[in-house]
Amino acid sequence: MITESFSEYNLDGNTLPEGFRLPPPDDEEAEEFFVNIGPQHPSTHGVLRVVVRLNGETVVEVVPHLGYIHRSIEKMAENQTYVQNIHLSDRLDYLSAFSNNLCLCMAVEQALGIGVPERGEYIRLMICELQRLQSHLLWWGVLGMDMGAFTTFFYGFRERELINDIFEELCGARLTVNYFRPGGSSIDVPDTFMPRVKHLLKIMPKVLDEYSNLLNKNIIFLERTKGIGILSPEKALSYGCTGAVLRGSGISYDVRKHDPYSIYDQFDFDVPLGNTGDSYDRCQVRMEEMEQSLRILKQAAARFPGGPHRSQPQQNYKLPKGSYYSQVETPRGLLGVYIVSDGGIKPYRLKYRSPNFSNLNVLNELAAGHKVADLITIMSTLDLVIPDIDR
Amino acid sequence: MMPSSVELYPVNNFIGDIVRSIFPQPAAAVINGLLALLSLMALVGSLGAVLIFLERKVSAHFQLRFGPMRVGPHGLLQPLADGIKAIFKEIIKPAGADTFIFFLAPLLPVSAAFLVLAVIPFDHHLQVADPAGGVLYVLGVSGLSILGILLAGWASNNKYSLLGAMRSGAQMVSFEISIALLMLLVVMLSGTASLRGIVLAQEGTIFDWWIFKLPFLGILAFIMYLVASTAELNRTPFDIAEAESELTGGFATEYSGISFAMFFLGEFVNMFVAACLVTTFFLGGFHAPLLGLPLLDPLLKLIPGFLWFFAKAFLIVFLYMWFRWTFPRVRVDQLMYLEWRIMLPASLILLMLSGLFVAQGWVG
Repeated sequence: MITESFSEYNLDGNTLPEGFRLPPPDDEEAEEFFVNIGPQHPSTHGVLRVVVRLNGETVVEVVPHLGYIHRSIEKMAENQTYVQNIHLSDRLDYLSAFSNNLCLCMAVEQALGIGVPERGEYIRLMICELQRLQSHLLWWGVLGMDMGAFTTFFYGFRERELINDIFEELCGARLTVNYFRPGGSSIDVPDTFMPRVKHLLKIMPKVLDEYSNLLNKNIIFLERTKGIGILSPEKALSYGCTGAVLRGSGISYDVRKHDPYSIYDQFDFDVPLGNTGDSYDRCQVRMEEMEQSLRILKQAAARFPGGPHRSQPQQNYKLPKGSYYSQVETPRGLLGVYIVSDGGIKPYRLKYRSPNFSNLNVLNELAAGHKVADLITIMSTLDLVIPDIDR
Repeated sequence: MMPSSVELYPVNNFIGDIVRSIFPQPAAAVINGLLALLSLMALVGSLGAVLIFLERKVSAHFQLRFGPMRVGPHGLLQPLADGIKAIFKEIIKPAGADTFIFFLAPLLPVSAAFLVLAVIPFDHHLQVADPAGGVLYVLGVSGLSILGILLAGWASNNKYSLLGAMRSGAQMVSFEISIALLMLLVVMLSGTASLRGIVLAQEGTIFDWWIFKLPFLGILAFIMYLVASTAELNRTPFDIAEAESELTGGFATEYSGISFAMFFLGEFVNMFVAACLVTTFFLGGFHAPLLGLPLLDPLLKLIPGFLWFFAKAFLIVFLYMWFRWTFPRVRVDQLMYLEWRIMLPASLILLMLSGLFVAQGWVG
């Protein structure tokens, strides 16, 4: 009654639930069963549904089901002007709303040849790095929670709150910010921006050390992540993984470094890499990325220029006929936006290339053969934000 | 007065004396027993509230929060509010659940705690019963609490619950062995299996407690007992049966209202019981922590034994809470590895070495 046999899944002539590819086991004694993780589950962090085929505690196959939070943002984009579209891009990956804004703005700037004043570029860069920091802090807290260490969640939020306060003062919003505009940003930073950033720069190195000691150097953490969910570089490339998932496997690709946008080429920072591509490497890459973000912020804070924050503000932007593409490195990986314009004030077609969709698809490769508990850890190290997958 | 009954029911405190002075002997023994059981019930009831409040406050301060602050001063009445809420919530039984077992299971962990508390020596004459094989009795009845979890997982007709119950079953079979071996060590040192006898064997200064008296091995045994009892209690880092981030609550997924509250109460009172056992076995029970200083010791002796006992037990409870709010959770196979490849051989070696120490007369 509790362990359904395969015969009960005889839907439409299939012997397995939708999406499963491995044949039923020949062994009569094998007791496989299917468990729904999500759409309501504490560890999917959103409405992701993962159907897991289990043999006892061991994961045999994982099939993610999408679409629970599909809002047809790409279709809605066709009926809105480019400036109106910026607020829709907030709703993709709500933890990297600024990067999403930036990506769309850069495509428009590229189409119209709009330049950005120096102060505008510095604001963009600093805000994006602050965002990376807050996104990774949240990831770190949630990682601990998924492993059963509830306390990390609150510590991660303590510093994230400082950064969110900066955002709130900047534009009135903490998550869906709608801040950047083609040619710069909607408003200039307030006077309190710099003191707040400097305070953050002062406390963060110590805080990161503390967090490393609390979770990342814990023997249980090491046992739970080392050698678990190994993603080979070839697999990572063939699935189109980006961000820390790709760099954890040892492939050095960071849009900020290898296809520099904004003013990233004027800054000195490293791209942290993993060796084996296991869960631990993905975690360490993110931890080191936070330090690199601090490095960038420090350099930017030292030479933050004055002047205007935006150039050529317009009510509507008419993109010439053609197609335009831009890409940025969000905290989760490569976000690309592809715009096809028919010369009007609205895009003819707008397509986002979201990092989470590609990163989610390696889940089956990583989790098969591990225990249920590891499936949760692996999902956490992929750092998925579900609204970005469905759009 | 029959000496044997005095040995078994050592309620020789002043309340017992008053009862004995009023009633004739057979009736007095019965009344004393009933009074002792009633006080145990009161203890279990009040402990639940105290421990839940304590856990909420301790976890809050570990996590940069205040915890409950609204109900009563500093949220002191929060457990009461929680209890009332739990009582008035609807109990939902999932379709296909085994009704009898589903409602029986939540009662078992609390019963286990109640049964073990009956043999705990809180003070010289504050113990409901002192059977000669007290340690064996404790081992026997403490298994009930995990039986409750096992039954709950089976009866819920839910895959998450079943997974949690199976994990818990594996855990029970494994860690009980280490616990038994470490208890055996204490029995061997004390020369008695009666809990009161074990405490009396540790009389003297702080260095006569088993944790310090046995050079190095005592501390090692104490730490191993703490680990094994944390696993037995299903608490983080060994809370794999509940594992809310994996199994959404494990065995307790389908429970609500008062039946969930009973599990909750059972978990907390069992934590206190485990702390009581640690105190009894390693920390000298109700003895004051005398340091051998002529000025300080008489002062320490002025404090009644049961206060020392509770102070030690709550210190251990705090340790359990500290573990819970610091460590991540281990995986089920790592838990088995820890027991069968590390804890079991280590406790066997420890037992042999201590046997050598006792045989050579190096202990005390």
